[in-house]
Amino acid sequence: MFEQDKPIYLQIRERIEDQIVDNQLKEGEQAPSTTQLVNFYKINHATVSKGVNQLVEEGILFKRRGIGMFVAEGARERLIQNRKDTFLENFVVGLVQEANKLGITDQELFELIKKCKGSV
Amino acid sequence: MRIEVNNVSVKFKNRYALKDITFTINENKIYGLLGRNGAGKTTLLSLLASFREPSSGSISIEGEDPFENAKLMQHVNFVFNKDYKDETDNLKNTLENVNRYRPYFDFDYANHLIQRFKLPMDKPLKQFSKGMQSAVSVTIGLASRAPITIFDEAYNGMDAPTREIFYQELLEDQSEHPRIIIMSTHLVSEMDYLFDEVLIVNIGELVLQEEYESLVTKGASITGPAEDVDSFVQSMNQLNTKQLGNTKSVMIYGELSDAERKAAQAKGLEVGPISLQELFIHLTEGEE
Repeated sequence: MFEQDKPIYLQIRERIEDQIVDNQLKEGEQAPSTTQLVNFYKINHATVSKGVNQLVEEGILFKRRGIGMFVAEGARERLIQNRKDTFLENFVVGLVQEANKLGITDQELFELIKKCKGSV
Repeated sequence: MRIEVNNVSVKFKNRYALKDITFTINENKIYGLLGRNGAGKTTLLSLLASFREPSSGSISIEGEDPFENAKLMQHVNFVFNKDYKDETDNLKNTLENVNRYRPYFDFDYANHLIQRFKLPMDKPLKQFSKGMQSAVSVTIGLASRAPITIFDEAYNGMDAPTREIFYQELLEDQSEHPRIIIMSTHLVSEMDYLFDEVLIVNIGELVLQEEYESLVTKGASITGPAEDVDSFVQSMNQLNTKQLGNTKSVMIYGELSDAERKAAQAKGLEVGPISLQELFIHLTEGEE
């Protein structure tokens, strides 16, 4: 379920982020508790907490004592902005490098992207 | 609650079952006690439950000697896979009995567990299957909510789906009613996500006590061309070596600095995580 070459706590964090970005978890709604995440992913409490706590520190989630964690106001927009900021280095650089390696021309690359967009 | 074990040894005739063991447990966490068969897990736990006395050294719980200390023992629950083959009582009466001498027993929660484990209330326990008998022990153990709860391979006899229910309930109840939980096991890969802290015993000795997170981040596997791997791991604590053709993978134990990680990457070596199971296997193998 998890990739080998990336710290698990980051992957936990990204999954929660994904749910917020996809609107599965809406702003103001209660996020799954650490115990629920531990039980679901079978990942150690310490690891899950590390990922979740980062989101709390960054104000994406906030804690209500004794009740649980909730998605902060404006969380989705901030996550989308963060991801746009890193889109170039996370996705485009690798894509272009691989295309160059394989000798795919710019025109071919555009065509591929267009084709892909049509089918997603 | 605070458990202190100081220089404890247990000697059976000429053999040491436990040798000079010292540790402290004082947080409401789930502790995993890992060891191979015969490593001394049950001997150690039965000392904490005051089923026996150490041959030398001392044990204290909340500053008191637990041996024959009935008042203290109300707060300690030792759960093992009890054999109910002679038990003619049914579950209902059994739970009512437990309720009488377990001050924190929660009957509603016990009923909830019974439903989850699908246990019949009115059949004599001796008619229960092994897995169901295990579930009875676990139900009593969880619902007793003792501030120190010890599960000594209590899952024995349960099938995989039933163990899964046990783990779920354990984590949920622990988050609502935190207490000291000590679980012995050799099913490390299946249970590793449950533990906040890990103690490993091997041949009667305590090999380590460490928080799960820092323990697993201490181990790493270094993979790459044999001679590059060899020169990189030269001065490190090596646990295990595997080789396929010219590709070598060495498991190391000990914190890697950022500089070392970068150096490994610069050489094209792959630095991967290792699991608690792998650490456990390689820390407890050998010299027998």
